[in-house]
Amino acid sequence: MTRSDAPALAVEGLAFRYPGASGVVLEDLSLRMESGERVALLGPNGSGKTTFVLHLNGLIERQVGSVIVAGLPVQDGNLREIRRRVGMVFQDPDDQLFLQTVRDDVAFGPSNLGLRGAERDQRVDDALAAVGAAALADRNPYQLSGGEARRAALATVLSMQPDLLVLDEPTSGLDPVGRRELAELLVTLGSTQLIVTHDLPFALATCSRAVILDRGRIVADAPTRSLLEDRELLGRHRLEWPIGFDLAR
Amino acid sequence: MSGSHRGNLRRLHVAVDSPVHRLDPAAELVGTVAFAVVVAGTPRHAVAVFALEAAVLVVVVVVSRIGARRVLARLAVVTPFIVFALAIPFVAHGPRTEVGGVPVSTEGLWAAWNVVARTTLGATAAIVMSATTPLPSMLEGMARLHVPRVVVAIVSSMVRYVELLAAQLARMRTAMVSRGHDPRWLWQVGPVAASVGMLFVRSYERGERVHGAMVARGFTGTLVVSDRPAVATADWVAALAPAAVSAVAVVVWVVGR
Repeated sequence: MTRSDAPALAVEGLAFRYPGASGVVLEDLSLRMESGERVALLGPNGSGKTTFVLHLNGLIERQVGSVIVAGLPVQDGNLREIRRRVGMVFQDPDDQLFLQTVRDDVAFGPSNLGLRGAERDQRVDDALAAVGAAALADRNPYQLSGGEARRAALATVLSMQPDLLVLDEPTSGLDPVGRRELAELLVTLGSTQLIVTHDLPFALATCSRAVILDRGRIVADAPTRSLLEDRELLGRHRLEWPIGFDLAR
Repeated sequence: MSGSHRGNLRRLHVAVDSPVHRLDPAAELVGTVAFAVVVAGTPRHAVAVFALEAAVLVVVVVVSRIGARRVLARLAVVTPFIVFALAIPFVAHGPRTEVGGVPVSTEGLWAAWNVVARTTLGATAAIVMSATTPLPSMLEGMARLHVPRVVVAIVSSMVRYVELLAAQLARMRTAMVSRGHDPRWLWQVGPVAASVGMLFVRSYERGERVHGAMVARGFTGTLVVSDRPAVATADWVAALAPAAVSAVAVVVWVVGR
């Protein structure tokens, strides 16, 4: 079923309309990612970014088109394996960290995969170490700072050893130091990552390739730097550099 | 949005090491409830038994190393009950006796004494429990006592999110006050009611997002309980000792009359 030469992610002709809504949210969306790639998914608010990523692990049921993760189609019957493969980090860590301690939350995914005892503990320790959060293990999620909560939320999916990491607006609510530390962490993780953001400097720091999603379609797909240098293109899709920011340094 | 200075519920736990802290949380829960039941069942005239129960608690507090001053400070929560109890002798009917020249009801005096004794003893036991067992362990203890998992899950989410909700409400209130809102009278309650409604909608949406994040990590409807071993006999014995000693004292007092 899974072929090692299959792309990490292959989305073909995806279209979606919320039940009862008149307009479509996604329209003929196609995207292909190779294993090990980090891709920034840029787009203004309301462009369909979150709706799109919720398709990647079947949280939203596909209406038209296909989504294939490392050779395995996202469809009923595969969802358990798909959710192991696709690690989704949501925008608000308070939505992701729902248990009493960080350790419990990091163990939640592996428990659902059927892991117990020493094997699960090892997964938890490894995931916490990978994000530099070993010291947070016994803390309550409520008491973490923004940056700590973000790293803990990342650990809760790393413990499932996903093949594709999807991060929805990972820099929201982070201070500049937290953003830089997160960027450094994501680059060192080395996994295949789809980073949804409208934080252009962050996209440039983390991803060599970027795509722009607007009105439910991929409207641009290029190396991040060249795409971000095209201010006219960015402007057309309600994207722009932070005030006073100069790309040509 | 999130800070590191919050978490009132969590501050109940006193992080020192003691034999009481090391007790299995499931055993400690049962022991605390059993002690409270015995206190509630102690006959009202058995002053000696109440004294013994108090002595037992003093021993537990000393062993637990949580500090007498802290226990007394937290006992302030029973003040309303005690104020209520102090009024009983003056309003109760029946034969009167004189205390400092003021006629009071004998029955009322006994009733007041009972409210004070029972609430103080029961509250102290609960204070020791909450100070020696972190919330997560208490929830885990509930799960291992075969409290239905759904109930444990609900209590757990409540504990996890109640402070988040309180913080959210406080922020909305700050935003209202910043715009000159100063509710003093009942007819000014409108904006407060609206903010509670808004909080409900937001909480509902958060519930959906939390569930989505759980499903994304392979959740299928069953929460896995931790694989901790069964409660050791020594823990049961130690946790139930205060209740057992008090129960024996009650029996001896009743038989000896």
